[in-house]
Amino acid sequence: MAINQPTRRRFLFGMMTATTAMTVPSVLARSISDEVPWTAGRAELPPAYPEQRFFTQAERRCVDAITARLIPSDESGPGAREAGVLDFIDSQMAGFYGRGERWYTQGPFQDGFDGQGYQSEYPPAGLYRAAIEALDAHCRDAYGDRPFADLSDSEQDEMLKRMEDGELELDGVSAQAFFNLILDNAIEGFFCDPIYGGNRDMVGWKLVGFPGARYDYRDFLDHNGARIELEPVSLKGRPGWNPA
Amino acid sequence: MAQKLPPVDVVLVGFGWTAAILAQELTEEGLEVLALERGAWRDTPTDFPPTLAPDELRWYWRKEMFANNSRNTLTFRNNRGQVALPMRRWGSFLPGEGVGGAGVHWNGQTWRFLPSDFIAASHNAERYGPLPVGMTVQDYGVTYDELEPHFDRFDKLCGIGGKAGNIGGRIQEGGNPFEGQRSSEYPNPPMHMTFSQHQFERATRELGLSPFPGPSANMTQPYTNPLGCQLGPCSYCGFCEKYGCGNYSKASPQTTILPVLMTKPNFKLKTHNEVLRVKLDKSGRRATGVIHVDTQGNEYEQPADLVILCAYQLWNTHLMMLSGIGEIYDPATGEGLVGKNYCYQVMSSADVFYEDKYTNEFAGAGALGMCVDDFNGDNFDHAGLDFIGGGYIANWTTNARPIETHPTPEGTPNWGSAWKKAVKENFLKSTSVGAHGASMAYATNYLDLDPTYTDAYGRPLMRMTYDFTPNDLKMSAFLTERVKQIAERMGGREIKLNTRDGPYDSMPYQTTHNTGGTIMGTNPSNSVVNRYLQSWDVPNLFVMGAGVFPQNAGYNPTGTVAALTYWAADAIRTQYLRSPGPLVQA
Repeated sequence: MAINQPTRRRFLFGMMTATTAMTVPSVLARSISDEVPWTAGRAELPPAYPEQRFFTQAERRCVDAITARLIPSDESGPGAREAGVLDFIDSQMAGFYGRGERWYTQGPFQDGFDGQGYQSEYPPAGLYRAAIEALDAHCRDAYGDRPFADLSDSEQDEMLKRMEDGELELDGVSAQAFFNLILDNAIEGFFCDPIYGGNRDMVGWKLVGFPGARYDYRDFLDHNGARIELEPVSLKGRPGWNPA
Repeated sequence: MAQKLPPVDVVLVGFGWTAAILAQELTEEGLEVLALERGAWRDTPTDFPPTLAPDELRWYWRKEMFANNSRNTLTFRNNRGQVALPMRRWGSFLPGEGVGGAGVHWNGQTWRFLPSDFIAASHNAERYGPLPVGMTVQDYGVTYDELEPHFDRFDKLCGIGGKAGNIGGRIQEGGNPFEGQRSSEYPNPPMHMTFSQHQFERATRELGLSPFPGPSANMTQPYTNPLGCQLGPCSYCGFCEKYGCGNYSKASPQTTILPVLMTKPNFKLKTHNEVLRVKLDKSGRRATGVIHVDTQGNEYEQPADLVILCAYQLWNTHLMMLSGIGEIYDPATGEGLVGKNYCYQVMSSADVFYEDKYTNEFAGAGALGMCVDDFNGDNFDHAGLDFIGGGYIANWTTNARPIETHPTPEGTPNWGSAWKKAVKENFLKSTSVGAHGASMAYATNYLDLDPTYTDAYGRPLMRMTYDFTPNDLKMSAFLTERVKQIAERMGGREIKLNTRDGPYDSMPYQTTHNTGGTIMGTNPSNSVVNRYLQSWDVPNLFVMGAGVFPQNAGYNPTGTVAALTYWAADAIRTQYLRSPGPLVQA
């Protein structure tokens, strides 16, 4: 079979969508010989942009409401709101992840079976936008002109359960695909390093007892089933490093 | 028009484990060796120092450690009755990219297949009768004893920590009594076991099994390997698999080979250069070199006397197809061998939840664990069981990274207050027992080219048609029952079984143990490469990696991939270079 030679233009387009991170490391080809090519003082910094925003106000209300039901604030401790999950997701949608830059986004698009994973023609940010619009429209129809954010807790839980189980049909978008995505992103936003805008003040890590970005537990290996109490540390450190 | 470059003696496609091993071996013969890597140069201080490495979102969830789907991916379906769709993002496996490949982000669980694994077809047929129709299991064409010195070399290169179970035929206390005989003890002692491993050891001994420490490429003490590369002691940071190691304590090409290889005058590496295909002469029986393209879109022809495919299993198989070498397998006719016998790994487990004991699994390492091999390979009598093969069962404490690992007991919902409460209560108090089952080859599981979807270069994507087989499911049910028995004895309040039922779902992570597609064997009618990993069709082309496995055994593949690489390198150095041509008469 004839394999088409890639055209230069097509190839460069492919490379533009193949960048790895916001802090674009050099993707220029190199020829390396006679050395281990290390330069002092260089590091590939994390792609963290917690201040960036994508959602409209209406979208923020909806994502806030959904994530507050997925990871509620309750008697067991802080939830998505305290952790800043909304701001985390908002900033993620504004970046390469929201644009699906590391995903295969070529068509044709068609629905697959569950085991084939994400098949939406929308990258994540687009899916949020389309799904929130359709969800709010559905809620206004079904719940007396109230968007999702204005439903009661139990009405919201019922909607989310139907989305999770694939029992809700939304216009032009898969409610179940959106549910799976927002649940993934909510958990990410609850437990990620705080540099990304979520897990604010490390509330997620403190809730579960995860010591964070530590790197040496050799002194603790003989714990023999006893609790190890370690203040969590972020890649940026922790408050105890800089006493007021 | 591709720019023709000056020729080299050897061109290696990809620069992970197999290329690093081969480059080090072949440069010792004075050959000019060039490696072409489509990803970037990566090293510890720049890319994964301790200040950047423990970042769960970045490296795993945003996939910065792995191949970029927008440029390279494949399509997937369970069977021929379905339309294959693109793997738009990675799920069940995580191909690496960049210098070091998956050798940077692997766990370091380093095994040798059993002697019987290399002769799985003849051994099982002899003991249990003919294999079922549709099962296409084959012998490898090489034996464990032939590979033993090469397994030993990789163990020493990597400073593997463990306890030998069989040295020169003598069974050793505390090791794996089922393993193939070794010529020497491991170069480093076992890892420092924790509470969970103590419970597993006790539980398995109570059941009459033979627990032993998992063989580990996470250094258990400071180590200098035979090349003079220095590795530091593992700090049990819990960011091993899926992450680069900031301590120089995980064996990788970077820590074990590159410091020596990169300064050799006869070795050159080009990064951000992707090989599009192997170029053949008019006869189609000789490789003249490769065509590659850099990230600025410039295309090159690199002539070479010897071409070796060292990319990951998936990409090596894809390259063979795109280069027109051999015939692509067609399950309808049974003709063709490239893409045949695609196999994977069959995993299952049980979570164990403690009431008032803390497992503290964040203090873990990629290969920190205790294992039993009593139910692997043909280590147990399969009479009446209606399946062949098996897998090791282990309790590994590798991590408690919260986005990834937040187990909850049976019946817990996936979100909401009840979920959050269960996550909080069980996070520090759970562990798991897992079965790592073999994957026998079937005529219905294969790789070929997709008719619809293309990659960033306009080449057709490879298509994966794969599902769990009757052998897989019966074997897994058997192993999971044994997992359950062990888990119930580990002193927990309750367990939760995670069984492996069909169909295969390409999204939840299972293993990055993809095998087959370029299988090795005894003659050109049953294999793509011969026992020295040399192409039957194109004698100056060799193919490395787990693509040569005719089926996958019940172990992580890297140790066996590396041993086969050293074995092939030895054949090239001592036989091929003296007399280039087929090393095995067809």
